[in-house]
Amino acid sequence: MHPAPSVIVFTTLSGLGFGLLFWLGLGFPAVTGWVAFVFFAIAYALAVGGLMASTFHLGHPERAMKAFTQWRSSWLSREGVCAVAALIVMGVYAAAIVFFGVRLAALGVIGAVLCAGTVFTTSMIYAQLKTVPRWNSPLTSVLFLSLSLAGGALLAGQTLIALVLLPVAAAAQVAWWFAGDKAFVKSGTNLATATGLGNIGAVRAFEPPHTGTNYLLREFVHVVGRKHAAKLRMIALAFGYTVPFVLLLVPFSHVVALLAVASHLAGIAASRWLFFAEAEHVVGLYYGKR
Amino acid sequence: MLDQPKVDTSPKVSDEVRKTTCYMCACRCGINVHMKDGKVAYIEGNRDHPVNKGVLCAKGSAGIMQHNAPSRLRAPLKRVGPRGSGEFEEISWDEALEIAAGWLEPIRQEDPSKLAFFTGRDQSQSFTSFWAQNFGTPNYAAHGGFCSVNMAAAGIYTMGGAFWEFGQPDWDHTKLFMIFGVAEDHDSNPIKMGIGKIKARGAKVIGVNPIRSGYNAVADEWVGITPGTDGLFILALVHELLKAGKIDLNYLAQFTNAPVLVNSDPDSPEYGLLMRDKDGKLLVIDRKTGKPAPFDKKGVKPDLSATYRQAGITHRPVMHLLAERYMSDEYSPENVSGRCGISARRIKAIAAELARVAFEEEIVLNHEWTDFRGEKHKTMVGRPVSFHSMRGISAHSNGFQTCRSLHLLQILLGSVEVPGGFRFKPPYPKPVSIHPTPHCKVTPGKPLDGPHLGFVRGPEDLALKDDGSPARIDKAYTWENPMSAHGLMHMVISNAYAGDPYKIDTLFMYMANMSWNSSMNTRGVIDMLTDKDESGDYVIPRIIYSDAYSSEMVAYADLVLPDTTYLERHDCISLLDRPICEADGAADAIRWPVVEPDRDVKGFQTALILLANKMGLPGFTNEDGSAKYQDYADYIVNHERKPGIGPLAGWRMGEKGLTHGRGAPNEAQLQSYIANGGFFVKHIPDNCAYMKPWNMGYQDWAVELGLYDTPQPYIFDLYVETMRKFQLAAEGHGERQPPDHLRERVKKTLDPLPIWYPPFEDDHVDANEYPVHALTQRPMAMYHSWGTQNAWLRQIHGRNPLYVPTKIWEAEGFAEGDWASVSSAHGEITVPVAHMAALNENTVWTWNAIGKRKGAWALDNDAPEATKGFLLNHLIHELLPPKGDGLRWANSDPITGQAAWFDLRVKIKKTHAPAEAQPAMAPIKSPVGRGPDELTWKVGK
Amino acid sequence: MTTLPESTQRKMGLVIDLDTCVGCHACVVSCKGWNTENYGAPLSDQDPYGANPSGTFLNRVHSYEVQPAEGAAQLIHFPKSCLHCEDAPCVTVCPTGASYKRVEDGIVLVNESDCIGCGLCAWACPYGAREMDAAEGVMKKCTLCVDRIYNDNLPEEDRVPACVRTCPAGARHFGDLGDPDSDVSKLVEERGGMDLMPEQGTKPVNKYLPPRPKDQVMAAPEGEIDILAPLLTPVAEEPKGFIGWLDKALEKI
Repeated sequence: MHPAPSVIVFTTLSGLGFGLLFWLGLGFPAVTGWVAFVFFAIAYALAVGGLMASTFHLGHPERAMKAFTQWRSSWLSREGVCAVAALIVMGVYAAAIVFFGVRLAALGVIGAVLCAGTVFTTSMIYAQLKTVPRWNSPLTSVLFLSLSLAGGALLAGQTLIALVLLPVAAAAQVAWWFAGDKAFVKSGTNLATATGLGNIGAVRAFEPPHTGTNYLLREFVHVVGRKHAAKLRMIALAFGYTVPFVLLLVPFSHVVALLAVASHLAGIAASRWLFFAEAEHVVGLYYGKR
Repeated sequence: MLDQPKVDTSPKVSDEVRKTTCYMCACRCGINVHMKDGKVAYIEGNRDHPVNKGVLCAKGSAGIMQHNAPSRLRAPLKRVGPRGSGEFEEISWDEALEIAAGWLEPIRQEDPSKLAFFTGRDQSQSFTSFWAQNFGTPNYAAHGGFCSVNMAAAGIYTMGGAFWEFGQPDWDHTKLFMIFGVAEDHDSNPIKMGIGKIKARGAKVIGVNPIRSGYNAVADEWVGITPGTDGLFILALVHELLKAGKIDLNYLAQFTNAPVLVNSDPDSPEYGLLMRDKDGKLLVIDRKTGKPAPFDKKGVKPDLSATYRQAGITHRPVMHLLAERYMSDEYSPENVSGRCGISARRIKAIAAELARVAFEEEIVLNHEWTDFRGEKHKTMVGRPVSFHSMRGISAHSNGFQTCRSLHLLQILLGSVEVPGGFRFKPPYPKPVSIHPTPHCKVTPGKPLDGPHLGFVRGPEDLALKDDGSPARIDKAYTWENPMSAHGLMHMVISNAYAGDPYKIDTLFMYMANMSWNSSMNTRGVIDMLTDKDESGDYVIPRIIYSDAYSSEMVAYADLVLPDTTYLERHDCISLLDRPICEADGAADAIRWPVVEPDRDVKGFQTALILLANKMGLPGFTNEDGSAKYQDYADYIVNHERKPGIGPLAGWRMGEKGLTHGRGAPNEAQLQSYIANGGFFVKHIPDNCAYMKPWNMGYQDWAVELGLYDTPQPYIFDLYVETMRKFQLAAEGHGERQPPDHLRERVKKTLDPLPIWYPPFEDDHVDANEYPVHALTQRPMAMYHSWGTQNAWLRQIHGRNPLYVPTKIWEAEGFAEGDWASVSSAHGEITVPVAHMAALNENTVWTWNAIGKRKGAWALDNDAPEATKGFLLNHLIHELLPPKGDGLRWANSDPITGQAAWFDLRVKIKKTHAPAEAQPAMAPIKSPVGRGPDELTWKVGK
Repeated sequence: MTTLPESTQRKMGLVIDLDTCVGCHACVVSCKGWNTENYGAPLSDQDPYGANPSGTFLNRVHSYEVQPAEGAAQLIHFPKSCLHCEDAPCVTVCPTGASYKRVEDGIVLVNESDCIGCGLCAWACPYGAREMDAAEGVMKKCTLCVDRIYNDNLPEEDRVPACVRTCPAGARHFGDLGDPDSDVSKLVEERGGMDLMPEQGTKPVNKYLPPRPKDQVMAAPEGEIDILAPLLTPVAEEPKGFIGWLDKALEKI
């Protein structure tokens, strides 16, 4: 899949933002006033910024409101609904804390659930797709959720939780890679089933239908070198998980915290880039690109 | 849940449908042009049209992009920079015609042969040749010489018609269809439709082609033959069929010259000539009397076996010579197998399959008919085996004899003009005897003494001057290629440059991309077009060119006459020319301006008429000096070739009103065509639809329609006596004899019975050094160089790899994305390669004419066609490598002069990828600028 | 409404004959022409005369080489467009309801005025049947020429998709695959019509007819002849004997 910057930014930032909101909703940290304002501002900037970024890849962002209508069937619609609900609920919750110093705990829990739900719905947009075997797994949701919560905890300054969740997310990441590498073959979809010609003999793509490129090739066919991917995986593991984990063990300072967050962001961006770039869509088979 | 949206399922399709004829390739299908707001909105096939019956190929459907291409020329152009620079200024038509007439009229008055007028993919040859004839130059032809003249000439000399425009398989009845190398833009839709019909019935297709693509991909059997050996393979089939007696004796005896007696005395000056009676009638032995009798005498039963001795000379029937020739072990499957790359077992299996279907699955139609001997037949018996072929076997130096071999096979099986076999399309069948002979007598200020092109009957018809030198610039109808029925367009520039046989003044060409894909030796031709002599003048002094688009050739003209697109013009696809007939009916068609040009352009034919009027050419001028025709439409309607016969056969003026075929001009004729969908068709009655050369019902029908003046029944010439006459001359008989250096070649190659010899390139280059055959094919979605200016089609074929078979792919260690250096005895190219397994193991190939010159066709200089696309033409020379005898040996068939494109041998080596395909040439300046960055095409917004 | 209908009244679709398709791209361009001028936004082309031309097409013809265990490789041309799946994943993922499957005939359509151009439907389609139009920013796909097949302004015989009408070889058939008695259903039955990527569970309506077995004349293993023998039994080995045979054979005519 084409690793579109807008989608990488969106999933990375909004995941982090909703993760932070999740913890704020549960009262970790139980801040108020200006401090709370800053926390919520960061969370909203990430979540909303991410959502805004996601609209950059739309052909018609002005019609985005229509995306709330199909929650019955569409995970993308559910994500929208969930995100808006989460942002509204958390908005009320934040306003009460920031301006009135009142913590509506029940509302916070509801908000937190909605935030987690948003991340889950995001993950399901990808996990539902049979066409991308690497994504088509419950592990995708585990990965998104664990990452979001770990990153959120990191951002929320919840060292202990982060120290627990970062390894969990790292484990999910490694498991996801491991399973993902075998997913395409396991899916049973190959050029023989794609063309129905397998019973005659070995099928090979000959001339493509067009000598230039097209939407499908741009969107779905992205070839990453094996070595390049392996390097990026190490970078993602190191920056996304290991470095923040180590920094959390260092005595707290804002500089260190900032470094931990920055490292995490960079690592997760790499991971997200790979999430798309390594994912192979079955349509590539028709073009002999597998 | 929301409601399902309401879709307008009955939107208005168009304001109006205008029906005309396609020109996106040579197929000439009927099209419905849907108009919205006076603009072309959508093009589809015309269901009523005899050629395509509603279907339309990719090219035809993309017509709207051709019609609106940014590459369209906008006004006449006068060269202002050096030739080849592409620097022009736009001028008025008045000035353009003034310049042209200023060049041409003095030539006409002094020596009309100083004009070489050659038209490329011209569909108005009966008109352009008429113009050239009236100008008086002998130097006229269209592009047949570098296309498929072998096929056309072999067919006409053998059986009075050939494939494509001349005939087609009986798609409705055939049970086995065998197709040899075919250019997929010739008769493209009818062949696809035919294959579709065959497939729907579950009948079989055998494809003989080194490359298993297109029609061969759907063939039930694929014979991946070695290029240039088709003739040998066919004669091996003949060998097997003869030995097994699986030939149609009744058919051979009645309808061919197999029983005709041949002088068999080697000492006789008429050795090998056919025996005739005092009226000139061919003689056969009548089995009833055992005595010689004219072949067409009522009640005669021609004998295939008896010989006849007269005045000490033994005469043997052609059948004897056939048996001797082809039963020889030389043609046994075992002997030809290695050379053809087909196992002997497979050759036998195919021969057996042909025999089985022809003789065990015979078709009988209950149509009564009377043959030319007056014998009545209750039924029509068919051998449901059919064949088709085009350039694949034709574009070799042994192509004529190979095409003849194929016709021999068809005829031995009794499968020509019978149900399930091969059928002619009117105006064919047409014996050689009623075709014209070539004419070349030049008289300054006067027309030529007759039509340029024709079919020689012997040395007396060659186009030679009194001193024996060639009368034509292309050396057609000379001893180098005596039967060159379509001329040799590919030799014109080379000969004109060399001044061999003489120098010319003006080269005038139409729709022929000679500085690019239509020439062999492209680089060399470019140099010839731009080279100057000692005095600083161009060696070819003047070049006039007409084209609708900014092709590569435009840059090499001094004067450019901009043609219209096919939707803006009048044309007639005439029975006098290359009509659109189908086997079941005679048909012709028109094009008409469904939209008016929005540029200062004129249809080329109209431009020619204006030029003729300016010069007052006979044929175009009334006795009072006034012009006969104002434009091409006027000519189409009012020109009469003979009284009552004009370019269009439909809706002529008879004594009692409108009539078809023969009749006076009708001023409203074009309106009648338009009202009828742009075409005219007259169906052949059922009992005349087969056995046409011998069927008096058909003969009378054809006379009535004006196809013949009198009935012209004839028999097929398995043995071509004309060829024997050339051989006799080479053996030292007669007044006109070949020069010594050509004697042996004429003796060897002009054999009156089909033979096979290796392609000439095999003798001229070291086959060990150049072990690989290299071919081109036409993509079905592209026509020559035209497709590239088409925004839709160029997305399908925007570049062309060289396809390499597995054996070579592995031996060279190629991988996807690799490049190779490919060299021939003549040149070298560096090109991208791709793997193809379904390919003859010693053959590489690529798509034809995808490579483009930077600056042409209104494309960007970095268009993939110009950076990755390439031409094989750079590897092919119009001359064979020198033999050291100081002579220029054309890379052509020695009989017809057909360009031997497919004789090419190469070697191939892996190489590092260059920045672009080599040779890369400097850009030419586009006279029309560049196309837009985006298309969102919608007329009815 | 991106939930799929429980069932559709008819299942209109295409049957594509891989034994007959010669790979001419007629269907591709005819489709481009009709759908540029008709339903929704035109199918645009970017850089149409430049280095990297790339346009929207709703139908494309691939080609595949198949190497059997024995014998020559085969080439198969392979047209592909929307298969109008019964369980169309492209429809259910759509967040706006722009994509839908019609109840009356099962055609999968995009209502362009509702499409936000998110591309998810194309992600969900295993067949590459949807292409985002770069100029219009909406998803384009085969409409099965819904604006032709019921169009009162067209003669009845023309009320078929443009690709079917134009196909020179007759390799494309159109009809109701939900009706077992329809011509297309019978064709699928006779010729063993197949689904593409059945494991994806999309239940395509369009079917593909597999190529018939090829290169069978030589199928019998060496030595096992002689099916040929009776057909090619020599009447003579030498021309002389042949002429003798000729004489006798002519007597019988």
